[in-house]
Amino acid sequence: MDRRNFFKILGGATVASSAVLTACKGKNAQETTASQQEPPTDKMTMRKNPGNGDNVSILGYGMMRLPVLPKKKDTDPDVIDQEMVNKQIDYALEHGVNYYDTSPAYCQGKSEAATGTALSRHPRDKYFVATKLSNFAPETWSREASQEMFHESLKNLKVDYIDYLLLHAIGGTSRNLDGENLDSEETFNARYMDNGILDWLVEQKKEGKIRNLGFSYHGDVDIFDMLLSWHDEGRYHWDFVQIELNYLDWDYANEINSFNTDASYLYAELEKRGIPAIIMEPLLGGRLAKVPDPVVAKMKSKRPEDSVASWAFRFAGTPKGVLCVLSGMTYMEHLRDNIRTYAPLQPITKEENDFLMKVAKDIYDLKTIPCNECNYCMPCPYGINIPAIFSHYNKMIQEGNMPHDRESAEYRRQRRNYLIGYDRSVPKIRQADHCIGCGECMSHCPQRINIPSEMQRLDQFVEELKRSI
Amino acid sequence: MLRKIRITLAIVFFTMITLLFLDFTGTFHTYLGWMAKIQFLPAVLALNFAVVAGLVLLTLVFGRIYCSVICPLGVMQDVIAKVFNHKKNPYTYSPAKSALRYTVLALFVVALVAGVGSFVALLAPYSSYGRIAQNLMQPVYAGVNNLLAMAAEHYESYAFYEREVWIRSMPTFIIACVSFIAISVLAWRNGRTYCNTICPVGTILGQLARFSLFKMKIDADKCKNCRKCERNCKASCIDIKNHTVDYSRCVTCGNCLSDCKFDALHYVVAPGLVKSKTEAKETKNVEGRREFLVGTGLALATATLAQEKKKVDGGLAVIEDKVQPKRLTPITPPGSISAKNMAQRCTACQLCVSECPNDVLRPSTDLKTLMQPVMSYEKGYCRPECNRCSSVCPAGAIKPISLEVKSSTQIGHAVWVRKNCIAVTGEVECGNCERHCPTGAIQMVYLDDNEDNPLVPAVNEERCIGCGACENLCPARPFSAIYVEGHEVHKEN
Repeated sequence: MDRRNFFKILGGATVASSAVLTACKGKNAQETTASQQEPPTDKMTMRKNPGNGDNVSILGYGMMRLPVLPKKKDTDPDVIDQEMVNKQIDYALEHGVNYYDTSPAYCQGKSEAATGTALSRHPRDKYFVATKLSNFAPETWSREASQEMFHESLKNLKVDYIDYLLLHAIGGTSRNLDGENLDSEETFNARYMDNGILDWLVEQKKEGKIRNLGFSYHGDVDIFDMLLSWHDEGRYHWDFVQIELNYLDWDYANEINSFNTDASYLYAELEKRGIPAIIMEPLLGGRLAKVPDPVVAKMKSKRPEDSVASWAFRFAGTPKGVLCVLSGMTYMEHLRDNIRTYAPLQPITKEENDFLMKVAKDIYDLKTIPCNECNYCMPCPYGINIPAIFSHYNKMIQEGNMPHDRESAEYRRQRRNYLIGYDRSVPKIRQADHCIGCGECMSHCPQRINIPSEMQRLDQFVEELKRSI
Repeated sequence: MLRKIRITLAIVFFTMITLLFLDFTGTFHTYLGWMAKIQFLPAVLALNFAVVAGLVLLTLVFGRIYCSVICPLGVMQDVIAKVFNHKKNPYTYSPAKSALRYTVLALFVVALVAGVGSFVALLAPYSSYGRIAQNLMQPVYAGVNNLLAMAAEHYESYAFYEREVWIRSMPTFIIACVSFIAISVLAWRNGRTYCNTICPVGTILGQLARFSLFKMKIDADKCKNCRKCERNCKASCIDIKNHTVDYSRCVTCGNCLSDCKFDALHYVVAPGLVKSKTEAKETKNVEGRREFLVGTGLALATATLAQEKKKVDGGLAVIEDKVQPKRLTPITPPGSISAKNMAQRCTACQLCVSECPNDVLRPSTDLKTLMQPVMSYEKGYCRPECNRCSSVCPAGAIKPISLEVKSSTQIGHAVWVRKNCIAVTGEVECGNCERHCPTGAIQMVYLDDNEDNPLVPAVNEERCIGCGACENLCPARPFSAIYVEGHEVHKEN
């Protein structure tokens, strides 16, 4: 956009808003559509946990992207906006949302306490709380440290028992304390088996400190299969399993990254065994809410009053074996929109399913970087802002503003926009050219993105842009 | 009428040259670059005979119109007087302070010949204005721009982008402040005192103006001795008692023409030489302008690179600011040919510093080259697609250089500092310098020729051009593990 257009829009916006004001005086102003009303408090779709009969709301609250207070410096630690968290949790509970999923690692380690503070203001039998035995730092892998982590969770959440406890993100690789790279099986054994912590968790379940024991899975499908085979053999019993499921990953997870497995397979394996599935990344960190304009148009022409995000949530909630769909709702409007989608859920029809599968193909063809901005890779020891770099790249693709053809008339504008936008989204010293490729981030990415090589690719891309004046 | 033409032209020239200094986007220099090149002293230093001849001719015809229209420092003084001095009849005639004028001019010429760039830079009027524009006005301009950029970002527009505001050199900043205040006070109280006592260009052009074709002439028959013209002459050069005008000081502003109610003043072809008074009465002493702080020492950031083990998600590691290394030879920009050429030609006007989009150029703090541009790579490096400084320099200190020639011109070479390299100290594989070297001058080799040792950069000094990509992108902080040493004489590879 050049300067003239910018001012035109500024001016246009003023004219438009005054036009709206005039229009509101008309007769039709009183009639409101569904999207203008408060969602109902008593229509939430509930699913029954076949194991113990828990009545779980199809919408679960993911506590990974909590609202934070404004910061003075971007390196200041996040301070969670507790007042807002309380308000949103109150609102969620009031509208029937009763599943809350957190972890000792989320929000720079502050999520559990914030969740506990908000939930403990309500009766304990009104909500289910899920947390995890996280696996990021090898320092926490000893038996003692793991037990301490669990006890800390009880303390932070201000509860005597955890409703749903998960082994966190199994299937990933890691680097141990000696700096050796461990494959996914070695990582799993080092984290949960060699220290006997899984057996200890089973004991905790017998004692009633844990009501449901399960795991969340990202990455190597062999580990997923191995844990399910243990379930078949009766070695361990999984009350539930948390998987990534959405209309893009249903058929394309493997195409996007050959290390990953299509959600259709994962879900079928769980359904076969009657294990309830908890769904994470139904919206891919918001990427499925930011679809290309032609897709938005098609979605809106089919269901004009529904949000783009609602398609993804309806898709994730449709399979009968899904117990709960998690959404990290930072803002009240996200929460309100999701409640509207699920109160009650209108399952995806066959025709709509075909449509979404076509959309998935279109999105796959865009070749965006599959980063969901979960921040698991952060902080980068060299200060690179990894998710912001990927996010800017994806944004330019999704908006159809990617400069590629030097001969095209649009190229100069697109180049300028890409570079200005890059400096805006990421300060110069946190950009991809400062990545030294140490690989510290690699094992943390649940999407298994080869972060250092992508950093170098984007750095090359930006370098070429800068030079093509 | 004459006065109106002069004011209109002055406003146009002043606005344009100011824009040239303020603009950091590189939009205006293609159109306005010539504004700097017609300035007297830069043209002399650039040996730009056409411009010098043109200005001499202009003065020989019209008098010191240069000082009223082309010189931005002169116009700035008029603006200040206009804004702050509302007194009726604010000025009086005073005899010329010739001793001071010629002493300053003599010192100036000596400094110029001896190559004492800092003294030349201190007195050159266009450079003084450049410093004021770069140090005092550009931050304001950038601040307003940044507000617009914030608004633009809000509206998803790319019309404006943010520009970092920082003081590039404390001594130069202080000199700019002091000279701005001193010149402003003089202009506010006494009009063009600076131009007629200190300014060497004013003194030279004043001598030429004595012989100019057109001059202000007082018709003694019509003059009623009301002294209105005298008391409104900012150059204090009209002596009504004797009905004379000191043409060496008159800047041909034309104010007196419109002030005179009796039509006693005319701008006409001069009838002959008029003697000017040359009483030497030294009173003013412009001191304090040479006060500066040397070696300000950047505030050393105490934060260390957060290398702690990751236990939780999110957050940004603190990044320590880079600190300028001590370079045996300062780096001068491509096109400057040699340190000597830079020292002799540069008038320290700061135009290149204003233009540099990568925050590489900044004024020198070294006494001998004070305020002249030097390069350093803490905030950015000399990018291959840019030659903006060479295209704006009016004085021939940075000669125009094509991108092709620049990319093969060696202005310095990279030096590896073993004790800082994280491949050695932190046992992390890196190679970021090698990946970003635009000339392929860096290879990664095993330290001490032992394959068990880490890979470290090996610089091919012959191929290195000294652009500083390696220094800027080196992860070692605050001091990079690879830095550029300047070359006194540039050479093309």
